[in-house]
Amino acid sequence: MNRTLTKVEATVVTLLAVLVLVVMPLLNSAGVVSNFTINLWGKYLCYAVLALSVDLLWGYTGLLSLGQALFFSLGGYMFGMYLMLLSGPLGAYAKSGQNPAGLPDFMVFLGHTFLPWFWRPFYSPGFSALMVVALPGLVALLFGFLAFRARIKGVYFSILTQALTYGAALMFFRNDLVMGGNNGFTDFHRIMGFDIRSAATQRGLFIATGVLLLGVYLLGRWLTATKFGLVQRAVRDSETRVLFSGYAAANYKLFVFTLCAIIAGLGGALYVPQVGIINPSEMTAEKSLEAVVWVAVGGRGTLLGPIVGAIGINALKSWATRAMPDLWPLILGGLFIVIVLLLPKGLVGIPGQIRALWVSRRKRDEDPGQESIEPADADQPATPA
Amino acid sequence: MSQRPFILAAEGVNKSFAGFQAIRDLNFYMDPGELRTVIGPNGAGKTTFLDLITGRAKPDTGTIRFGADHELTGLNEYEIYRLGIGRKFQTPTVYADHTVFENLVMSLEGSRGVWASLFAKIHNTQRDRIQEILETIHLGDKAQWKAGALAHGQKQWLEIGMLLAQNAQLLLVDEPAAGMTDEETHRTGELLLSLAGKHSIIVIEHDMVFIRQIAAGRRVTVLHQGSVLCEGPVDQVQNNEKVIEVYLGRKHAHP
Repeated sequence: MNRTLTKVEATVVTLLAVLVLVVMPLLNSAGVVSNFTINLWGKYLCYAVLALSVDLLWGYTGLLSLGQALFFSLGGYMFGMYLMLLSGPLGAYAKSGQNPAGLPDFMVFLGHTFLPWFWRPFYSPGFSALMVVALPGLVALLFGFLAFRARIKGVYFSILTQALTYGAALMFFRNDLVMGGNNGFTDFHRIMGFDIRSAATQRGLFIATGVLLLGVYLLGRWLTATKFGLVQRAVRDSETRVLFSGYAAANYKLFVFTLCAIIAGLGGALYVPQVGIINPSEMTAEKSLEAVVWVAVGGRGTLLGPIVGAIGINALKSWATRAMPDLWPLILGGLFIVIVLLLPKGLVGIPGQIRALWVSRRKRDEDPGQESIEPADADQPATPA
Repeated sequence: MSQRPFILAAEGVNKSFAGFQAIRDLNFYMDPGELRTVIGPNGAGKTTFLDLITGRAKPDTGTIRFGADHELTGLNEYEIYRLGIGRKFQTPTVYADHTVFENLVMSLEGSRGVWASLFAKIHNTQRDRIQEILETIHLGDKAQWKAGALAHGQKQWLEIGMLLAQNAQLLLVDEPAAGMTDEETHRTGELLLSLAGKHSIIVIEHDMVFIRQIAAGRRVTVLHQGSVLCEGPVDQVQNNEKVIEVYLGRKHAHP
């Protein structure tokens, strides 16, 4: 039964990959699919990457991280620094002759006359790309090391990640960090020698995001099928027991937490050139919570679910915030409640739920006297020390 | 006394929880290959003793030595496990959402590192070993079942199978017969007896029939209020005045 499910999923993923990587770009260059649609879907795909990072932690390891929006934003900021340096000489201040040093506009506005030292390496796209991976990874490594070594678990871990995000957002709001303050980075012009606003560039970014999403999905497939995946799920279900199987649970959690920070950072790096802006409001706890909702709706603990949830909810949001802006929070909240109550495995779990219902009904018809009785302590973990 | 190569030697161990003295000046010595049954009324500190050995709790004072040169009191759970000490919990704790096969894969001896787990392959020898264990614990036809779907007694067996997969030197087995039928209990006893000698085993039990089966001709330790009340062959212990008073009294009064 599991094998057929995987076959269905493989088919769905292949179709989606062909749609995103081939069909939509072709239709876009033929003028059938608008640039606006490509741009919008590029954003959804970035969100799907973020959702996968949430699910590998929450769905597979039992770590509800409310800090994923931070790592997403850090990746975005790191790539944004490169974009800002390219755009400075083409910005409004440069055009009116007020920016001889070619600084990013916000620096001129704040009265800077030379580039701060830590901005200089970001002229190199290679260095920026490295930082997209390194900064979220290092922050997660350090934070995770401290949190997991202290055996901080469950809701306490979630609260701490939320505090981390909140603290970072407050820091990025400050102008003296020289990261654009509350306006963040915007008004990008060029990327790697191309006009960032041209249809071809945006199409390229869209394809790149599709490739990233497919790569992350396949990475998740591989990871969760290894013995690491077994330990990961064991940590989720019964962390105390894992220690008594000889595994240092903290190391496993640290690995996956760091990996997921990097995944989120990569998603953020591709988000910024497509959406055209990054500011500290992207790293608030609400943004992380939204991603958690996408995962819950799509199907926690599956790899297709987060993608379906992220794209589905954001597409619905785009439509609803135009059609009935006042009702959107109610729709989202209602959807979340319905899913949690009726569809514990989310949208992608519906076929399985229907099949289970059908099987149990058929069983009851065949053999009305016998009922399978699950022992009450079926999944009772070791009581925590 | 300390010249003998004990597999486990606990000396002067004390442990209290919020003012309750669970273990009181406990001294416990065990020879390699021994099968030792530990009995005692509820609250005697039997499970706490296992917690102290396995690193789940730290003693307030005292030492617990494993083999010739390992002091356990400074180590954490997984470090102690890796020295070769395995534990079966009182309530069966298997990975409910994993299959029976996967439960055993996770327990097989071998590296526990993150990198190793990423590139680990299940070799044919390991597959054969798992199959062998599955036959031993009578779950040969349930390898692909979710462990959570097993009956209570089967979960107990699976957890014993996980200890076998680990190939631990010292097995700590907490109430293995709980929730089993008489026949299953008997088979569990036979399994434990077949392991004695190759492994050192501590069994905690209440079931007197089971105890007589596995402890015949062996030493039994009686714990009471956190320390050893008496120790000796099972018949001798059963007839000990103090033991009758604290533990077996009712049963002896009405045979």
